[in-house]
Amino acid sequence: MIEFRSIEKVFPDGTRAVDDFSLVIPSRKTTVFVGSSGCGKTTLLRMINRMVDATGGELEIDGENVSSIEAVKLRRRIGYVMQNSGLLPHRTVVDNIATVPRLTGVSKKDAHARALELMDTVGLDRAMADRYPAQLSGGQQQRVGVARGLAVDPNILLMDEPFGAVDPIVRAELQQELLRLQRELGKTVVFVTHDIDEAFLLGDQVVILEKGARIAQKGAPEEILANPANDFVASFIGADRGKRALSIREVDGQRVVVDAEGTVAGRLSEPGAA
Amino acid sequence: MNWLLDNLELIGELTVQHLRLSAIPIVLGFVLAIPLGWVAYRYKLTRGLILTFVGLLYTIPSLAMFVILPPIIGTPYISEANVVIALTIYAVAIMARSVADALASVDGDVKQAATAMGYGGFRRFWTVDFPLAGPVVLAGLRVVAVSTISLLTIGSAIGVSTLGYLFTNGNQRGIVVSVLTGVIVTVIIALVVDRLLVLLGRLLMPWTRAMAQPGAQRRALASASGRSRAAEVAT
Repeated sequence: MIEFRSIEKVFPDGTRAVDDFSLVIPSRKTTVFVGSSGCGKTTLLRMINRMVDATGGELEIDGENVSSIEAVKLRRRIGYVMQNSGLLPHRTVVDNIATVPRLTGVSKKDAHARALELMDTVGLDRAMADRYPAQLSGGQQQRVGVARGLAVDPNILLMDEPFGAVDPIVRAELQQELLRLQRELGKTVVFVTHDIDEAFLLGDQVVILEKGARIAQKGAPEEILANPANDFVASFIGADRGKRALSIREVDGQRVVVDAEGTVAGRLSEPGAA
Repeated sequence: MNWLLDNLELIGELTVQHLRLSAIPIVLGFVLAIPLGWVAYRYKLTRGLILTFVGLLYTIPSLAMFVILPPIIGTPYISEANVVIALTIYAVAIMARSVADALASVDGDVKQAATAMGYGGFRRFWTVDFPLAGPVVLAGLRVVAVSTISLLTIGSAIGVSTLGYLFTNGNQRGIVVSVLTGVIVTVIIALVVDRLLVLLGRLLMPWTRAMAQPGAQRRALASASGRSRAAEVAT
């Protein structure tokens, strides 16, 4: 469990990026921070592994205050996946995945064996082990990034817009892979995105943030969709338009669902019926 | 032609001497420029100071440098040390800027990622930042190597024997072949050392070729973004 308690971040230039932020992130679930750019979601994420230190409040992981843990040690036990994969371009795929185990002193042989297993886990062909990142496609690089994040089998996996830079088809593929991985591994995933669809797809808990990392609403996707807390949330999730504003229309005795543009979205089946 | 055959031994000796004397400033300049370049890269204030200072050093003409140095550092005027130190100063002047630029050229995302993985500062510098700065550092080092090898010929003007001796002596005695030989051998050495540095770069930085490969990206795309297609390629 990760707990933010009245967290505050004021940058040296006086910008208040985070103001009195409190949140509990449950273990083994996916929590998604979603908001427009500059809302402070990445800052919040980076506080968890102390890439950013809070200027006020307390942040605890399983009851342990992060500021009492040496930053470098803390980071080695938390997986981190970022946009553009952040792979080391001078290391091969297998070396990239083995990075953190090697830092913590695992032998090269063991780290490589584990890295190859992880390639299977994230759906990468082992034949790619000796390639350099530049020789992979964007989607493959992102898979390597995920494998690297999982290499020390961390309890916590931080993902900072990991699928932001790949094309929509690959993104959809990677999202499904992440859902599969999460079903298998059950990590505490903290995911940052500006894409509300991605947030609703992946999140068990979705936290919608406004400027200054103020929580506009938090909850399960269906709760937020059913009861947007305010106009900001309603407009952010697009509840009043497009494919979220569905209505029922009767056609030849069958009830079909149409979206705001009048396009047919599907057929309505009665609860319990096939 | 006779002159050439009669003096093969001298040419050989001078070549070895020349290589030995140019190697010291090149290596020393490289090593000293790393901390200097790092400080210049790391802090805004020192960047201006250091880069302006080394820039000024480089503008001092070499003959003037040979004359200024001895009273300052106490070396004899006619000594290898005098020449080597002067050339080291030039080497540092070029390399410090190269190293600073090279470190600045490293992708910020990669540095962030390395920190997020749990690299400490020192380890990150030597295993991530510096290797990735390698290609730009190498470009600077090649300039330093070639310029040191050519500048070293001036050493013979103050009596230190290098390939420059073939120019000065040949010129005084009116032996054109001697002058030409001096020029050609110097150029050949410079070219060979330059090639060797390029090869060394390829050996130490095999990843740079992967990045430069035309179509690397295209091939990767063709050979799958997911498991299913990758498996097809493998079979």
